Amino acid sequence: MIQQINSRVRQIPNWALYLLGAVPVVWLYVQGFQNALGPDPVDAIEHRLGLWALWLLIAGLCISPIQRNTPLRLLKLRRPIGVLAFMYVLVHFLTWLVLDVQIPSQIWADIVKRPYVTVGMVAMLLLLPLALTSNDWSIRKLGSKWRQLHWLVYPAVILAAIHMILQAKGFQLEPMIYLVVVLVLVGVRRTPLYLRR
Amino acid sequence: MANRWRNTLTTADVTPEAMFLNRRQVMAGAAAMGLGLTAAPLRAATGLEPNSYEDITSYNNYYEFGTGKEDPARNAGQLTTDPWTIKIDGLVEKPGDYVLSDLIPQMTTEERIYRFRCVEAWSMVVPWNGFELADLLDLVGVKPEAQYVAFETLYRPEEMPGTRFPVLDWPYREGLRLDEARHPLTLLATGIYGKPMPNQNGAPIRLVVPWKYGFKYIKSITRITLTDKQPKTSWNMANAREYGFYSNVNPQVDHPRWSQATERRIGGGLFARREPTLMFNGYDEVASLYEAMDLRKNF
Repeated sequence: MIQQINSRVRQIPNWALYLLGAVPVVWLYVQGFQNALGPDPVDAIEHRLGLWALWLLIAGLCISPIQRNTPLRLLKLRRPIGVLAFMYVLVHFLTWLVLDVQIPSQIWADIVKRPYVTVGMVAMLLLLPLALTSNDWSIRKLGSKWRQLHWLVYPAVILAAIHMILQAKGFQLEPMIYLVVVLVLVGVRRTPLYLRR
Repeated sequence: MANRWRNTLTTADVTPEAMFLNRRQVMAGAAAMGLGLTAAPLRAATGLEPNSYEDITSYNNYYEFGTGKEDPARNAGQLTTDPWTIKIDGLVEKPGDYVLSDLIPQMTTEERIYRFRCVEAWSMVVPWNGFELADLLDLVGVKPEAQYVAFETLYRPEEMPGTRFPVLDWPYREGLRLDEARHPLTLLATGIYGKPMPNQNGAPIRLVVPWKYGFKYIKSITRITLTDKQPKTSWNMANAREYGFYSNVNPQVDHPRWSQATERRIGGGLFARREPTLMFNGYDEVASLYEAMDLRKNF
């Protein structure tokens, strides 16, 4: 069973994963154009892309613990998941910029003045070099520095979860759960059990 | 009633371009007003195009049924709204439990097309059906010492799944200064588009204060209390820095997390342009209520 899953995962070409990952984004915009996202399509697109990006980031953080603690071999999925997560963040950001805020002077004011926007921006900027170096050539070129650079994913995902909490109104459970999940996934990497292996 | 509010706002108040394009309509509306034809449909006089019934009833903030915009439409169906009584107490001559079905025939219900501006920087236009809160206050008799009106929403966890988590300190509470409550613009609404108020919009009866942000429009009211002290209000209790007691629509005072200078009109689709937000949401006739006040401090 596990063997089967592992060999299946190995067989999936990366381009298929990227194509599959792009489907929800395209579908969301198609629905937006067709006015099928309810009375406020901009809000719907913005929130869903942000949420899905966080899911992908969390999924990316799960890969390495699974690799270390189970016989499942999913490591090959980590790069596509990470790159897709960044693409989702980018489209989320562009939707906010172009369709929501619209006014250029307002955009800069929001980034500087509003903590939830600032935190989201920092998270995105931390992910940018990671997305750009998610290729074999960069890994070879950067050598041991590549690992150091990609450590940035941890602060980035924590900031993404905080970004979600900061934009919520009232005391809401869902964003708290995501932050706890992220902190557990980052924290587990510092436990002796994890480091020993 | 002599003090009944008359709509003097036109399409021009929404977008300056529209004034140019619809000048004839505006003139016709003004002429109708001048002749005192208040019985003529307000829709023609206002030139405000209401959002669709679908928009108004599927995009709601009613946290007792969930924090998503579509949650209230999904979860509010089970709410029992009949029979409904409103406890009216505090500084009134005739306190008591008022049965809504007995109360409504005593009131003058009319259609009011108002702009609706949410604190989240989106807006709609809603054709409410309701009566002036002032008429109800007259019916129960307000004692001279009363200065504020406090409101409470129904708190019934078995029918309100959103209240199982303390998103806010339930029950939802709101309040107005007595002069705000008595203003002829202030309504208790019982319907939309001539239909009974849908549960997700605050059935069976809710407040409408069109110059304030939407969270002031407390829904499914079960209690009205006249007091001499400024009442506690839910969002102010949750975050006083972000939500003031007055919460008048004011493009010059930003919410700490977003600008209030502009708004997105719901129903415009993916590429709707932002529109400038108007002081008091365009209802300038209330400005005199706040003449001596610093609205930056009393936001």
